Order: sequence, then C-alpha cells, then structure tokens
Amino acid sequence: MLKAAAFAAALIPAAALAYRFYTQDLTANPGDYITDQTGTWALTMLVLSLTVTPLRRLTKWNELIKLRRMLGLFAFFYATLHMLTWVVFVHFFDTSFMLEDIAKRPYITVGMATFLILLALAVTSNRFSIRKLGRRWQKLHRLVYVAGIGAVIHFWWLVKADTTEPQRWAAAVGALLGFRMWWAWRSKPSAARSPRPA
Amino acid sequence: MLIRKAPDVRSSEITPKDVYLRRREFLQASAAAMVAAGFGALPGVSEAQARVKLKGPIKKSSFSTTEKVNLYEHVTSYNNFYEFGTDKTDPKANARNFKTTPWTLEVEGMVAKPAKYQLEDFIKPFALEERIYRMRCVEAWSMVIPWVGIPLKDVIDKVQPTGSAKFVEFITLHDTARMPYQKADILDWPYVEGLRLDEARHPLSILAVGIYDEVLPPQNGAPIRLVVPWKYGFKGGKSIAKIRFVDKQPRNTWQVMQASEYGFYANVNPQVDHPRWSQARERRLPDLLATTRTQMFNGYADQVASLYSGMDLRKNY
Repeated sequence: MLKAAAFAAALIPAAALAYRFYTQDLTANPGDYITDQTGTWALTMLVLSLTVTPLRRLTKWNELIKLRRMLGLFAFFYATLHMLTWVVFVHFFDTSFMLEDIAKRPYITVGMATFLILLALAVTSNRFSIRKLGRRWQKLHRLVYVAGIGAVIHFWWLVKADTTEPQRWAAAVGALLGFRMWWAWRSKPSAARSPRPA
Repeated sequence: MLIRKAPDVRSSEITPKDVYLRRREFLQASAAAMVAAGFGALPGVSEAQARVKLKGPIKKSSFSTTEKVNLYEHVTSYNNFYEFGTDKTDPKANARNFKTTPWTLEVEGMVAKPAKYQLEDFIKPFALEERIYRMRCVEAWSMVIPWVGIPLKDVIDKVQPTGSAKFVEFITLHDTARMPYQKADILDWPYVEGLRLDEARHPLSILAVGIYDEVLPPQNGAPIRLVVPWKYGFKGGKSIAKIRFVDKQPRNTWQVMQASEYGFYANVNPQVDHPRWSQARERRLPDLLATTRTQMFNGYADQVASLYSGMDLRKNY
C-alpha cells in the first residue's frame, strides 16, 4: 500500500510534464523547462532515497525501507530523461559536440559522472546482483553518496548568479550524509569512541 | 474600484495604506500623463499591466529582420530581469504593479546639456521607429522581437557629449521598494551597462519604449531600455534612470559579478565560448532543438564588424 502510493506520487511530475507538453504550457523555452524539471526531480528523488535510512532510524518505522530502491530507481528514471534532453534537444545526437561538452565543461563532466553512477546502481539494483555481488554490493551502492554530492555540484556550477536553490540542496545532502557519519560514530563501542588510558 | 490581489501576497508586497488610497489618483494622473506623452489613452485603468497601444506614427525600418517574430506571450513571459526575481517567469508576476509614471531620466556626466527629464519630454522630440531584431541571450537562446524605440544616436546628438566623453553608462532604477529583488544580494545593484560612444552612436542601437506597437511592459524593461542587437541580451539595460557620459570604460554589472565569464563588449560571437557552455549554437525559441547556428555579431556583422577591426575579440569578449 505504502509502496503503491509512493510509486503513484513519484510519477506525478512526469505526468504533469507530459500534460503541460500536450497543452503547450511549458513556457517560451520548453526544452529548457523540461531539462530543469527532470533535473530537479532527479535530485529530489535522490535526496528522498537518501532520507529513507535516517528517517527509519529516527522513527523506527521499518516499513520505509521498502521505498528505498524504488526512490533510487525513480532518481535514475528522471536523471535519464534529464540526460536525454541534453542528448536530443541540445546536441541532437552529435557525438563530437557531446564529447566536447563533457571534456570542456566541468558541470557537464560532473553531471555525466553522476548519471553513470546512477546507471551502475540501477542495473545492479535487482536481487540477482545483490546475491551475486555479496558484500561488494553494499560497497558499490555506497556510491549513492557520491552521486548525491555530484548532483548538487552539477547544479551549483550551472547557475549564473543566484545560488539559493543549490545551497538548499547542498544543505539537505550535507545533513543526510552528516547524519550517517554521526550514526556510525555513535554506533561504535564507547571504548573506541573515546580512548582512555587503561 | 475593486482591486484584486493574488492570494499569495507577501507582506513585503503589500502596498502601504496611504499609497493604496492614492492609487486612484495616481492611475488617473498616469493615464493623463500617458495621453500627454502621446502614448494614447489607457483603455481601462484597473490593471497596471493593461496593454496600451503606442500613439503613432511608428516608422518602419530597413534594419528590421524579416524572420518570424516571436509570440507576444513568449516575449513577455520569459525574461531575465533579476530586479524582479531570477526565474524567467518571475518578472512577469513580480513586476505587474511596477509603476513607471512618472519617470525621471537623468542625463549626466560629460555632456554639454546635463538635465533631468520627465520621460515623456525626453521622448517627444524623436520619431518612434519599429526595429524587428534578433535577441541572442548569453544563455544560448534567442528570440525575434519587434521593438519600438528611438535611435540612441539621435539622443546623443541632442545632449552633446563633450570631447572627453568616450563611453556611455546606462543605469537602471535603484529602488528596493519598487524592485523587490534589489534587497537580495544577487547582483551589484543598480544594474549598470555601458557602450563605447561609437557603439552607442551606431544606427542599430536604440532606446526602446515599446514592443508590438505597444507600451513596453514592466517585465521587458519599462519604461525605457537599451537594445543593442549584435550584443548578448544582458547588455540591454532595463528601466533606465540615468544615462551618464564618461571617459573610462564602465564596469558593467555582469562583469563585476564574474569577469571571466562576462566582458564589457559581450558581442555575440560563436567562436568564443562562455566558459561553461558553447556559444556556437542557440535555441530559437520556442524550438525544442538548440541547433540553430549562432551568427557572428548575431547576424549584424555587415553593419558592425568595422567597429572592432584590429581588436582581439577573444580577449575583448
């Protein structure tokens, strides 16, 4: 029930975009609008997926864990659409322009790296991969933290003057990663935490 | 008169009561001023943003392009005007009650005739012309806009800069009460733009007071703005309060903000990339594809290239 509701909710932004596209209500610059929206929702889903664990620990609401993979896959879904707007609208499949963009423009470099991380995590998000990779699976999927940081840097580096929005996302990702560090530190045995002479 | 308000009004936007009570008086006065200025009668004074026809005659110009003009709706709802917010759709919403009458325009610095003008007096001596220009934003999108304005050259000839004047500065109104985002530390307010005197005197340079034969809407830089079609859009200072003649190259606002990305000249140039994106191509709105080739000097090379002969345009971006 929880999962179905979250799934439906996560599809709303895509449905809204499709509807506004159909009614030609996407501003004077529809290409840019679609890029912005899909990018924002990719980041939103990524941050929500990073929120699952801290929230579960704080509230002991364990059912939340069921949402984690789905939110991660939605982040990948919106990131794919976002990346495709660049491939199709901006460069129309011109590989030389795309490679130049990736090589020359740091925000594109970081964005593309972030997308590749999400791609790797998405293709290994199934049960088969979890079984096959064993302990390495968790290590691999810790790259989601890097993706979170990468997504914020990508956003920060592309704005022209007003960094208010990327600042907010940086604070969110910072808090979520900070929580994990604090939790790891707290969970260590107290002896290790504050070494004292015997 | 019923004054409608959007439901989500911030307290900072609420008009003080005394101003509010003077509103009717103000609207009548401004309507009268506009008639006097040759702007024609307001069809109705209930909305600050009512579309108002400019009172003719408006000359056509051979400088106008025959390319397809963008929709009025697009030109007036997709604006970079940070004084009213940093999203493209912000200015239309946040400038809807921006009052542009009365408007004082000050001509100062190295001129024979420094003066403060009421805008209508400033405009009156000059013939209005329609100029349909390409507008290329530094963000790699473009539109075709039917401006109505006066040649900047005519204005300069009238105010007579002294021999030591080499540049002209265009300074936007600085009024945090009327331009709410000037309270935020986004740019170095007021917005300043500048031209070399010979650029300003070029026949393509205009001061626009309208679009589509109508009075310029607030979000497009009312009541008077600069339009220099061979340069990136940010050179076109909006809501100009002061025109100042100086001997040194001005530091324009975006250059102050990030000199490695925005220069003084800002000529449209497909060969010189913005550090963070290519300027080789552009998106002609409302196209989805951003694959229109950007032309040197935005297609005005025949007219303006000689202004820059011998200059290294990579250095002077």
